[in-house]
Amino acid sequence: MTMNLETAAHPETLRRVAIEPVSRVEGHGKVTLLLDDDDRIHQVRLHIVEFRGFEKFIQGRPYWEVPVMVQRLCGICPVSHHLAASKALDQIVGAKNLTPTAEKLRRLMHYGQILQSHALHFFHLSSPDLLFGFDSDVARRNIVGVAQAYPEVAKQGVLLRKYGQEVIRLTAGKRVHGTGSVPGGVNKNLSREERDLLLADIYQIIAWSREAVALARKLYEQSPALYDDFGRFDAHSLSLIRADGALDLYHGGLRARRKDGSTVFDHVNYDHYWEHIFEEVKPWSYMKFPYLRELGPEDGWYRVGPLTRVTQCDFIPTPFADHERRDFLAYGGGSAAGATLGTHWARMIEMLHSAEAIKELLHDDDLLGDDLVVTGERQERGVGMIEAPRGTLIHHYRVDDDDVVARCNLIVSTTHNNQAMNESIRAVARKYLDGRKLTEGLLNHIEVAIRAFDPCLSCATHALGKMPLIVELVDAEGRQVDSLSSGSL
Amino acid sequence: MSDTQTFLLDGEEIPFAPGQTVIQAALAAGHYIPHLCYHPEFKPHGSCKVCTVKVGNRTAASCTLPAQAGLEVESASDEMNDLRRTLVQMLFAEGNHFCPSCEKSGNCALQALGYDLGVMTAGFRHLFPDRPVDASHPDLLLDFNRCILCELCVRASCEVDGKCVFALSGRGIDKHLIVNAPSGRLEDTDVALTDKAVQVCPVGVILKKRVGFAQPIGARRYDASPISAQALADAPRAPAGDGRCAACEEAEEK
Ligand code: SF4
Ligand code: FES
Repeated sequence: MTMNLETAAHPETLRRVAIEPVSRVEGHGKVTLLLDDDDRIHQVRLHIVEFRGFEKFIQGRPYWEVPVMVQRLCGICPVSHHLAASKALDQIVGAKNLTPTAEKLRRLMHYGQILQSHALHFFHLSSPDLLFGFDSDVARRNIVGVAQAYPEVAKQGVLLRKYGQEVIRLTAGKRVHGTGSVPGGVNKNLSREERDLLLADIYQIIAWSREAVALARKLYEQSPALYDDFGRFDAHSLSLIRADGALDLYHGGLRARRKDGSTVFDHVNYDHYWEHIFEEVKPWSYMKFPYLRELGPEDGWYRVGPLTRVTQCDFIPTPFADHERRDFLAYGGGSAAGATLGTHWARMIEMLHSAEAIKELLHDDDLLGDDLVVTGERQERGVGMIEAPRGTLIHHYRVDDDDVVARCNLIVSTTHNNQAMNESIRAVARKYLDGRKLTEGLLNHIEVAIRAFDPCLSCATHALGKMPLIVELVDAEGRQVDSLSSGSL
Repeated sequence: MSDTQTFLLDGEEIPFAPGQTVIQAALAAGHYIPHLCYHPEFKPHGSCKVCTVKVGNRTAASCTLPAQAGLEVESASDEMNDLRRTLVQMLFAEGNHFCPSCEKSGNCALQALGYDLGVMTAGFRHLFPDRPVDASHPDLLLDFNRCILCELCVRASCEVDGKCVFALSGRGIDKHLIVNAPSGRLEDTDVALTDKAVQVCPVGVILKKRVGFAQPIGARRYDASPISAQALADAPRAPAGDGRCAACEEAEEK
């Protein structure tokens, strides 16, 4: 339990270990480890500067601009914001049911995004740690190192990502800052040539995705003790789920389960998500802490993302991925399904599912249709939810009679996972922090734990080994007792 | 005809008819001079200065400079284009132009001109003015963030629509677009969707509501060809010597 530590009788006597990344690209993060008098980890606080400013920024803007504007939020998953905002605005324009062409093109775009994001995460960001070991030479622990030691793996990673970006380009109009999804539908279909272009490579993409799942599994099997245990914690879970219980990354009702697997709620319409998800504010962080109302603020935090989605769906509606899901759940009597590092394996299963789903869509002539947009009775409020690569994403707007945004609330995956990440870091720090001395090994391990969640903060992107960290050990009076810098400083 | 009058533009002879300005004659003869506030359907206004050319030791706005026999005009020089790039940079810095999320992107003359002139950097610290939109009208939106003060809407509303809905107010950096209503709000004017003024804005200020990004990337005006090519295609051709219209002939051939 962590929450109780925040109300420690004398928090001022706790020493602080601060880990601060120097490069701040997408916002920034800092980890504070609070020690007690016996130099044991009491609490972890991951600080992330978030995009609260955006909710203000979008106020007063015309609603039809929102799906394109929100892509400024995040350089890593702009398409997810594009689609979640569009879904919220579908409600604003009264589009209850999109045309088959619009719905399928949006899905295609979304699967393209999942594919490219998961490939980027696994191959570029995480595979160096996983292939070479968390403590290996930093000069080698990057995608260039992977390309030298495992050229085929690196090549597939690059091409998988590229394919996903192609799908995005052809559905959204551009690789970044596309405009394809609009309130009530889409603004373009797929031409026959574009469809055939994507069809030409999709079987190779599926084959490589299957190899990627096998690789993620192999890495796990090579060091089961490490993978089972590393940063492990129990958590409640939340995801969207299709009406028949299938994994659905684009749309569904809300399913929440307790740590023991019992149901909190299921197939709940997300239009009134605030009746179930409440955002708590804490004095030490700009980030909000969402919790499940049914379970209360102390215990209601939960985990979202690939691990949750793959483990709490009843099945995956594409054959290869569902086969892999069953293997994943069965592995080690279920040990991988609850492991922080099992997230990588689950992520690759989702990538495979996305590739299969893209293949199915490409064989559907609805993609070539001309019926693109529907509208209905204008509404004041709209909520859109989607399963983004990193987890559940919520967009919520109120639009006034003049068609401009009056209010906006966003809950991004990294916010949902706020406390879950703290828990994971705490588990790692407990195991690897030795006395009052910070070691590079500890920093590396904390990075690996954070990165498993793929949060959208700069310290998690770790591009080409450029992740210098400054580590400070600060006592209660603010004096620096120890400091350490890692990486390429 | 032997008595056609000409002037020199970057060393080439440009024929002109009496009353034409330098830019009109140049465009009609197939020579592009970059411009923003000039529009072939309206009386030249001479405010943006993008069309500035050099005549002798002086610079002048070619959209208002009367063509004269024997003028020696310099336009396509590095010096003039550097000046134009600076003017475009200043326009970008002065308003809030965020092209990637602007619905006019691809249909916007300022953006197209920036691309065509090769404006690659911001050049100036952006002012980020706070300019709320006027969304009061049921069918039209005014996004003042993007106004380049070209007065095309002002001219169109007075000269074509006969309404004078729009005007510019203030001086220098405080100059801004206003609408002709005691409340200052568009809903209280007699503007109509069909007004010429509504269609003429070269950037994303006067917008039809609920259109947004309906037109996909790739199908937008300047996706097809750069603004310089389109300005030449759109330019009224000077009457040929035999009284026939060159542009009409082209149209007939098509
Ligand atoms: S609103 Fe448009 S047409 Fe009118 S002055 Fe501004 S930029 Fe020119
Ligand atoms: S085009 Fe001549 S001054 Fe604007």
